[in-house]
Amino acid sequence: MASLWEYANPLKFMRLTDRVLPWVSVGAAACLAVGLIWGFFFTPDDFRQGSTVKIIYIHVPAALMAINAWFMMLVASLIWLIRRHHVSALAAKAAAPVGVVMTLIALITGAIWGQPMWGTWWEFDPRLTSFLVLFLFYLGYMALWSAIEDADTAADLTAVLCMVGSVFAVLSRYAVNFWNQGLHQGASLSLDKEENVADVFYQPLLVSIAGFVLLFLALVLLRTRTEIRLRRASALMAREKLQ
Amino acid sequence: MKSLFFRDLKLAIRAGGGFGLGLAFFLILVVLVPFGVGPQSELLSRIAPGILWVGALLACLLSLDRMFALDHEDGSLDLLATSALPMEGACAAKALAHWVTTGLPLTLAAPVLAILLNMPPDGFLWIFISLAVGTPAMSVIGGFGAALTVGIKRGGLLLSLLVLPLYVPTLIFGAEVARRGAEGLQTTTPLLMLAGITLAVSAVLPFVSAMVLKVNLR
Amino acid sequence: MLDVKDLSVARGGVPVLEGLSFSVPAGQALILRGPNGSGKTTLLRTIAGLQPALSGQVEAEADSIAYAAHSDGVKGNLTVTENLRFWADVFGTKGIEHALQQFDLESLFDRPAHALSAGQKRRLGLARLVVTGRKNWILDEPTVSLDTASVQMFADTVRGHLAEGGSAVIATHIDLGLDGTNFDVTPYKATQKKLVGFDEGFL
Repeated sequence: MASLWEYANPLKFMRLTDRVLPWVSVGAAACLAVGLIWGFFFTPDDFRQGSTVKIIYIHVPAALMAINAWFMMLVASLIWLIRRHHVSALAAKAAAPVGVVMTLIALITGAIWGQPMWGTWWEFDPRLTSFLVLFLFYLGYMALWSAIEDADTAADLTAVLCMVGSVFAVLSRYAVNFWNQGLHQGASLSLDKEENVADVFYQPLLVSIAGFVLLFLALVLLRTRTEIRLRRASALMAREKLQ
Repeated sequence: MKSLFFRDLKLAIRAGGGFGLGLAFFLILVVLVPFGVGPQSELLSRIAPGILWVGALLACLLSLDRMFALDHEDGSLDLLATSALPMEGACAAKALAHWVTTGLPLTLAAPVLAILLNMPPDGFLWIFISLAVGTPAMSVIGGFGAALTVGIKRGGLLLSLLVLPLYVPTLIFGAEVARRGAEGLQTTTPLLMLAGITLAVSAVLPFVSAMVLKVNLR
Repeated sequence: MLDVKDLSVARGGVPVLEGLSFSVPAGQALILRGPNGSGKTTLLRTIAGLQPALSGQVEAEADSIAYAAHSDGVKGNLTVTENLRFWADVFGTKGIEHALQQFDLESLFDRPAHALSAGQKRRLGLARLVVTGRKNWILDEPTVSLDTASVQMFADTVRGHLAEGGSAVIATHIDLGLDGTNFDVTPYKATQKKLVGFDEGFL
């Protein structure tokens, strides 16, 4: 019985992802195409919000992935700290830029959506603010990776930062909720529209969420492969020095 | 641990960057804000708790990068690591020394500066209490950031980028205590949260900082 | 007493020295020789426990090692006495007078360290070693920027330390005239064509 940990071996990981990546990419493209085209052109306009509601097909999946990317980094960091699998550390490193772009997409589409809906691009609403804080966490994480030369040291330090950051991110989420209630009521973003949203909106939304998940997976696999190749290149150079 | 704490205090006082610099920065910030937002006293008194808290936070950040970097450069950190003093203790002592040289003077000065910002007198006590409870957390969290960036040349900017997001909860609850206090509202909930953050980070983060420092030394 | 068994050390993921075995009995010094970049500093840091060994062991009594490198660990804003007293406190020893005396720092005792010359500062850094009260001294180029008289002073100190049953591992290029063995690290240069740990897994 092959264990999952075998894929912690870079060679096995490369071999597996080499086969899997094309399928994931095609799946991502297909789901995104179906979900977005269906959502944009074949759903009726909302009776209150008009066609602006359709940005939901990008906004919601991106926001979901922004949080899940951080969660994936947390798990990968834990695996690195406990089991010292290098591929895991590199996967965490690879996920960060994807996560930060997802956060940006969520923030920007949110602003574009918010303008016609509540007449403002930006509101210090708990959700929006938490995303901004998450964005800052991503930036710090990536900056720390790039600032440290030794690969293992960088992996250790960023893993610890990811864990401490996660605790503070959750704490910030609660703090921000508290803070905003204290300042003003109302103007709350109700992203969890699923309950009110009729099936016509819900089904394409599910498809595009699946598309974003696959897109995230494809990008992370691709970037992890790149990181592994970079490590391989530096290992080759180091070996050359030995001879 | 005690000797490390007192040495850090002495160093901060003699280098002139301890009490003096942070306080002066705090003062300048509080003086500059009215230039930026206008002199209406009503507006100033409303935003005073926020200004004082953000000012305290930035002043605290100012001297963070020196917490471990100087000891790393001159080899003291190597020697400390080989001594019988546990690294966790060293981290806690250094964070405490940082608090005494920055957080404590800022806390004491804040009520005075609150007068400049036309804060209602009821608020003086609360800005003092909130800073007294909250600034230790900022020193401890900052110590973690300083430990992370100790091996990096010119890590000051990176340190701010890492530490500032971690300050968000402390800032929110701290400023909330001060604001509610100034407006004469109940402060119990945010004050308890603030105290909780301070106690939790003081209990946990020195261990994390020590672990990070050991990684950085190898 | 310091025992090194089949020790291999690495710097930045690349092995530099391997298969080192030596023992430094009480009262003896080991002088490490080898050209620049041969891994002496890495070896000393590994022995001091500041970085993990690739393989092999370093056996020494608990809390018996004092490490001093190129940098002095001296704070410019503290006086000579304050610097020494601090390290005495950290290492839980008492009395810094004999250290001041040994390195002829008595007349400078209340001088802030930044007002010392390079050589005087170095002497203070070495006096710090005496103050630790540790048995095994791990010294990395201790004589940098010392004049002949100070080198002599240093050699006397090490000799005194050895006479009291201490031991020392010293990386240096000059002859200190110490009672000890010379140990050339050059033959132990890592020959394995493999990289450390998992990096090899990437190839």
